[in-house]
Amino acid sequence: MLARTANSLFWMFRYLERAENTARLLEAALRMALTRDVVTAEAEWRSVIATLGLTRAYEAAHESYDGISVWNFVLRGSTNPGNVRIMFGAVRSNARAARINISSDVWEAVNDNWMRLDKLLARPVGQGAVGEVLSAIRRAGTQVHGAFDGSILRDEGYHFSRAGTYIERADSSARILDMKYFLLLPSLSYVGSSLDTGQWEQVLRSVAGARAYSWLNAGQIEARGIVEFVVLDERFPRSLAFCRSALRGCLAALAFSHGVEGRAAALMREADTRISHLTVDQIFEQGLHEFLVDFLARNAAIARAIAEDYRFHA
Amino acid sequence: MHGRGSNFDEMFDGAGATRPAYAEYCRWFNEQPPPFLRRKNREADDTFRRTGITFNVYGENEAEERLIPFDMVPRIITAAEWRKLSKGIEQRVRAINSFLYDLYHRQEIVRAGRLPERLLRGNEAWLANMVGFTPPGGIYTHIVGIDLVRTGPDEFYVLEDNARTPSGVSYMLENRETMMGMFPDLFSRIAVESVSNYPRRLARSLAACVPPAFEGGKPTVAVLTPGIYNSAYFEHAFLADQMGAELVEGCDLRVVGGRVQMRTTRGYKPIDVLYRRVDDEFLDPLTFNPDSVLGVPGIMDVYRSGGITIANAPGTGVADDKAIYSFMPEIVEFYTGERPLLPNVETWRCADKDALAYVLDNLAELVVKEVHGSGGYGMLIGPTSSKREIAAFREKLIARPENYIAQPTLALSTCPIYTAAGLAPRHVDLRPFVLVSPEGIDITPGGLTRVALKKGSLVVNSSQGGGTKDTWVLKD
Repeated sequence: MLARTANSLFWMFRYLERAENTARLLEAALRMALTRDVVTAEAEWRSVIATLGLTRAYEAAHESYDGISVWNFVLRGSTNPGNVRIMFGAVRSNARAARINISSDVWEAVNDNWMRLDKLLARPVGQGAVGEVLSAIRRAGTQVHGAFDGSILRDEGYHFSRAGTYIERADSSARILDMKYFLLLPSLSYVGSSLDTGQWEQVLRSVAGARAYSWLNAGQIEARGIVEFVVLDERFPRSLAFCRSALRGCLAALAFSHGVEGRAAALMREADTRISHLTVDQIFEQGLHEFLVDFLARNAAIARAIAEDYRFHA
Repeated sequence: MHGRGSNFDEMFDGAGATRPAYAEYCRWFNEQPPPFLRRKNREADDTFRRTGITFNVYGENEAEERLIPFDMVPRIITAAEWRKLSKGIEQRVRAINSFLYDLYHRQEIVRAGRLPERLLRGNEAWLANMVGFTPPGGIYTHIVGIDLVRTGPDEFYVLEDNARTPSGVSYMLENRETMMGMFPDLFSRIAVESVSNYPRRLARSLAACVPPAFEGGKPTVAVLTPGIYNSAYFEHAFLADQMGAELVEGCDLRVVGGRVQMRTTRGYKPIDVLYRRVDDEFLDPLTFNPDSVLGVPGIMDVYRSGGITIANAPGTGVADDKAIYSFMPEIVEFYTGERPLLPNVETWRCADKDALAYVLDNLAELVVKEVHGSGGYGMLIGPTSSKREIAAFREKLIARPENYIAQPTLALSTCPIYTAAGLAPRHVDLRPFVLVSPEGIDITPGGLTRVALKKGSLVVNSSQGGGTKDTWVLKD
């Protein structure tokens, strides 16, 4: 396959995942802001902006943190070059560039959703519309993944696409966890802490894991259990462990079809020796923040190595 | 003529009776409940938008992509009409290829005094580095689009030959798919020649022209596109997809070891046949426009040493500019030894003093076009232009007469389109697509019908608000 096409597929799915994760983050914040006092709500919106790494850009455009400003900035802010509208435009232009390597089903799912979202995000999103917009963004992800799963040839293009999804998802889950942990840190004694279960529930909502976690833990909300779930539980498709295992599968399949293993696979193994077999207690001992920072750096290094191994750039 | 009410309508005769070609279609049309037709008309638009069949309009930042409006009333040609047309087209395309070979070799036609040498010397599309070189298989124009207009029951004229990179074939294919999806019963009632195997025929035709460096096995064919912002990107992707070819951009390609190779995830891989949708001047920054990032540095050297086939060959544009066009009857006769089966539209070359004088006197009646222009830009349609527009054009014409030709305003035929108020006649033209390979000349029955959607308008170009129709050639 053309290297440029592989790059387009990889980034098409990274942006799709990023748009979806951003929508989840906003949905969770919205819920929190509705059920809490003004001070908590403001802190919540501030943390959304911080999690997305947009603090400087946001504060250049706004003086305070309120829901409507935050979600409009994140979704469609003209001084936010990484807004969701632009992300979805990038999903579509990458899909267009890789048009002959994706099925019509996938293309139509992308194009249909892009037309809808681009229109929804063309004008400011008010209080009454934000719920609909966010669920439209999530639905876009669901539809594209569904069409992809049912119609795409399982060749290298499939694995580049999936690699993009899991790299991005791991990045997003790790960032959300890190940000919440940082906010809670001053008052956190980790074992059995029930200081602010609402904040921890928030983590679960942001990674779409609230239902699954409750099911597995009989509704017990506590920091240790949640960190274990989001970091280590291989059954949960947005956990770091799950994303790593899926990414490992993609790299193995690419190595198999190319007959050589790249540097990305070597970095993956190196990371494995450090991360596998860790228990949640060991993670807390070394410090969750330090663990996550290391995780994010390794994840990003693997993404760069994929681009080099498969000649994404001339 | 425009506005004189003497146009030939392809569906209805002067007395309002349905012509035989449309008899069955009209019966079907009249049986359909009007709300059903209205709904289908809206559906067609959605289909095109969803599948992304769009084109980009240059100079319109806001609307990066637009739909070419589709009209759901088919344009119908009888089997007998098509037989005649295809004979004429084949003759013309054969002559164009022989002409190009001759131009880049001994120039017999100039030596014989049948074509003035200045037309070559001053021709921007003429490529000195094609001189003495014979492309693989001897084919210059692998893909040709011949633009035809109709003025009467038995009168077809060639308006333009497109020998560089004719576009529009994806609309021919998608229009048919859309029609079959919307009105399946129509196609069981009326026997229409199929067009759907065009991509396979194109793939076969290109694969038949491998270069000397081809190493055997399955030839690697790639479509070269300027990229996703090009107005015809949809078509480039569509054709590559349907042919099972790679879709490459200049940045994917590099000359390695005397071959043009594309950067794959496994390293560089040679290309045998390149169907390029990039103009000559952007093809090789080392040879032509040094600022081009759309092409491949060094591709012309690889081409000349037999490392790749480029379709269409560089330099074919010399055969389709409008000054050469006026010599086509002579050209056809010179190379085929036959009278041209398809006539040209009468053409005044403004480079000639007498012709210029006539054109200046009759600007309000004529259509004046730039010799190298295309897409309906830079032209004057006398009868629909204001006095001021005509005066402004007169200045340009006097300043550079050799840059223009003029033609009478033809009484273009009409074919009805579907409107909210019922059927309404609009002017149409026709672009059949012709494939040329060492195995022969292959014409897909039908082609792209372009239709001027504005009442009375003669401009069918999509960039100027024209639409398209499905084109049917009936089976006998």
